[in-house]
Amino acid sequence: MKQLLVFVKKEFKQVFRDPRTLLIMFGLPIAQIVLFGFALTSEVKNIDILISDHSKDVVTTEIVSKIKATNYFIVHEKTMGDQEIEKTFKGGKIQCILIFPDGFNNELIHQGKSEVQIIADGTDPNTAKTMINYLTTILNEYQLQKFPSSALRYQIRTEPRMLFNEEDNGSMNYIPGVMALILMLVCTALTSVSIVKEKELGTMEILLVSPFRPVMVLVAKAVPYFILSLVNFTIILLLSVFLLHIDVRGSLLLLYAESALFILTCLSLGLLISNSTNAQQTALLISMMGMMLPTIIFTGFIFPLENMPWILRTVSNIVPSKWYFIIVKAVMLKGLGFRFVWKETLILIFMTVVLLSVALKKFKIRLQ
Amino acid sequence: MAMEEKVIVCKELTKRFGDFYAVDKISFDVSKGEIFGFLGANGAGKTTAMRILCGLSYPSSGDALVAGFSVRNQQESIKKNIGYMSQRFSLYENLSILENIEFFGGVYGVSRKEIKDRSYKLVGELGLQKEAKKMVGSLPLGWKQKLAFSVSIFHHPKIVFLDEPTGGVDPVTRRQFWDMIYDASASGITIFVTTHYMDEAEYCNRISVMVDGKMEALDTPGNLKTKYGSDSMEDVFYKLARAAKRTGD
Amino acid sequence: MRNLRFLLQKEFRQIFRDKIILAMMLGVPIIQLIIIPWAMNLNIKNINLSVVDNDHSTYSQQLITEIGSSGYFRIISADQSYRQALEHIENGSSDLIMELPDGFERNLIKEGRQTIGISVDAINGSRASIGRAYLGSVINDFNANLKINQVNLADTLTKTQGFIEITYSNWFNPHAEYKYFFVPGVLVLLLTMIGGFMTALNIVREKEVGTIEQINVTPIKKWEFILGKLIPFWIIGMILFSIGLCVIWGVYGITSTGSLPLLYVVAGIYMIALLGFGLLISTYCDNQIQAMFVAFFFILIFILMSGLFTSVQSMPPWAQYISEFTPVEHFIKIVRMIVLKGSGFYDVLTELGYISIFAIVLNGWAIWNYKKTS
Repeated sequence: MKQLLVFVKKEFKQVFRDPRTLLIMFGLPIAQIVLFGFALTSEVKNIDILISDHSKDVVTTEIVSKIKATNYFIVHEKTMGDQEIEKTFKGGKIQCILIFPDGFNNELIHQGKSEVQIIADGTDPNTAKTMINYLTTILNEYQLQKFPSSALRYQIRTEPRMLFNEEDNGSMNYIPGVMALILMLVCTALTSVSIVKEKELGTMEILLVSPFRPVMVLVAKAVPYFILSLVNFTIILLLSVFLLHIDVRGSLLLLYAESALFILTCLSLGLLISNSTNAQQTALLISMMGMMLPTIIFTGFIFPLENMPWILRTVSNIVPSKWYFIIVKAVMLKGLGFRFVWKETLILIFMTVVLLSVALKKFKIRLQ
Repeated sequence: MAMEEKVIVCKELTKRFGDFYAVDKISFDVSKGEIFGFLGANGAGKTTAMRILCGLSYPSSGDALVAGFSVRNQQESIKKNIGYMSQRFSLYENLSILENIEFFGGVYGVSRKEIKDRSYKLVGELGLQKEAKKMVGSLPLGWKQKLAFSVSIFHHPKIVFLDEPTGGVDPVTRRQFWDMIYDASASGITIFVTTHYMDEAEYCNRISVMVDGKMEALDTPGNLKTKYGSDSMEDVFYKLARAAKRTGD
Repeated sequence: MRNLRFLLQKEFRQIFRDKIILAMMLGVPIIQLIIIPWAMNLNIKNINLSVVDNDHSTYSQQLITEIGSSGYFRIISADQSYRQALEHIENGSSDLIMELPDGFERNLIKEGRQTIGISVDAINGSRASIGRAYLGSVINDFNANLKINQVNLADTLTKTQGFIEITYSNWFNPHAEYKYFFVPGVLVLLLTMIGGFMTALNIVREKEVGTIEQINVTPIKKWEFILGKLIPFWIIGMILFSIGLCVIWGVYGITSTGSLPLLYVVAGIYMIALLGFGLLISTYCDNQIQAMFVAFFFILIFILMSGLFTSVQSMPPWAQYISEFTPVEHFIKIVRMIVLKGSGFYDVLTELGYISIFAIVLNGWAIWNYKKTS
């Protein structure tokens, strides 16, 4: 045990020897959390809309003002013909066109109804849907306001309540996912590349010749990264709480325990990768390029897992960060206890055990 | 030495990093065709000095003329006239012997035809015909080093810089290596070599010993042994390096 | 010029000799391109709803039936109390709770107003808020179609009141296929990862191993060395781009509406900018681990802030500003414009200008920073 400690101390010293790497290792995830916390949102805003008003009467002007008053749209006004629509969209600066036909108000008064056209750039289906929704809501509200008797006599209203996020904190949707992502990628890549680097340099042989059991060599290598990742996690957590105002509603102890488990899983994955190759470049390719996009997608914080075809949903089950994401949401944001996450915890434990066993087996085979 | 033409002239060459003087006002010169041994303990500053002479590093003050060009502002011209072989790396491990020769010969200006003719000859001389198309990485260390040396002089440079060229190599191969060095020297190439092996120091025409960035000795092996009352270069080196304050590069 | 030829010969030999790396550089992105976009679907369906019906009236049951048959929702539980329903939200089996108050039907008729409570699992992001919007619209329809309201409608129509009829259409993507939007973006991303970062890693590796010193000591000029690195990776990048386009056509049926040659020209310039970026990173990093972290930092920013998955315009202005500084954002815009809308040269000129500036600045900075003598 004492010898192991000596070993671990040496590993620590090696890691801390390079201040630039340390700076990058901690500084970058921090910068990212801050950046994404403040920048990312699933809302749709600042839509460039072109209003082509052929009528320019009282009603249309009022509607235009109403649209301007929201902060969803950036209004551009230009009266133009239908043939210019395609050109406008191709120019890429306008996302939506609203067309009032000539004599809009007249039609409204004399015929009882009038038609307004919304043409959306459907390239981004999400934005298109949302734009149309916004405009429809605005127009309906205007209609109700201007012609109150068109309102229904018996009205059912809805009173929405946002559970777990009363202040409508936008970052809540992304930050847990970003946390899981950063922890997983950084931890796995760091572990795998560092071990492979020693192999490349040849110093691994020296370690293996020492009076340690080979297993202990791997353990000693993993310990500093485990601790560093926990520190990283703590910093990220502090930032989320104090800078982004995301409170930890559940048990802090449970959160830390689960995070430690997750870090262990990632370390095991890193160990497995490091045993599969001798070149740093390959390890990097696998743990960074190879894992980045799949991790982002299959953690499920940008694209809902429920929407994916069942094959891919099954694939997502083997991505550790998916389970950790569920746990973080449950414990940190919803304040739930262990009885709600025992299943996910068990899965992570299982994954860790499997990964470690395979990694160790490969390691021992290599030694033969 | 038949000629007294000086191919390296070094005057108060200094390199400092902040308050630390890695190379502290060294002055010496090397004649054409000489085998010049550049000795010193780890951290004494020899690698730093050598890098300046090769045009890889700027001096902080002082100057040196290598093949007639200044290390202050004519590095590219220096590079045209020298060869270089470092212990850390010399050839591309994932290219074949012939491919390595082709590349290095080519960038030093040897014509394609000449490369072709002479590379086969070279491979034959080294006894590596069967391995010519094999990857350099698969060669044992001794052959790699010999090959690397041959490549470094392939373009007949005026001077060749060798940084610990025989590190980790068996005694027989080392002897063969030095035979190659003698041949090169005889053909007019100046050899600037650093080494840890004290017996190799005896093979040089002249030696210098660097201690803590300064040049503490500069003479033929024989004279040095007399001066320090030793019968081996090892002893001379020990006496000089003992007073050193720095260790480790 | 001569040195360049020797350099290129060496680079190509080395690259093609390492079959594993080559396979990964081309294979991994293509596999991801084929698989990943199928997972990118923002069409929300099968929203899990828990219903708490405190009224048990005709109206409440009618409403619940309509919601169930709307196709958006899956009513996963009918709970006796809000408390009970909340458990479903907590354990993740439900996205929304709808609570109908006691006396719903009776009070609606008597007072003309009733309120239904909708509780949303706000952690679930867009899924829940869209669910709320759908639920709202189903309830509105139910409201409007109530017999008691129909009677009044007939009255109001006789007066001269205005109804604003809205017609809408979706251009360029009538079926609202998310794939058209995301797939080009994924290709761009993969190209960026390989193009930008493989170059950086390759050069940093030479630094780590020491072969760069051997190059520095030869008469090889700075620009010759840099071009000798850029050209092979540029070619590989363009090959990847071409394979990617074929895959997009074969697997997703997406062909470019606009000019293919224009697309290639833009891609070519983008690759140059990207390689310059990789080169720049390599001049600041001493070993591969450092390069990896720097690369990771930037790629993540590119992924999350360049409009690939999320809308740039919705970000706060300072974030949009940062996004403008990523060449990726501009390239994605151009690719989407050309492929999906058929935009032409003049349409993309501004964006192309940005990319060109990036190409010049990044490469220039990198070349200036690279020193043969230190």
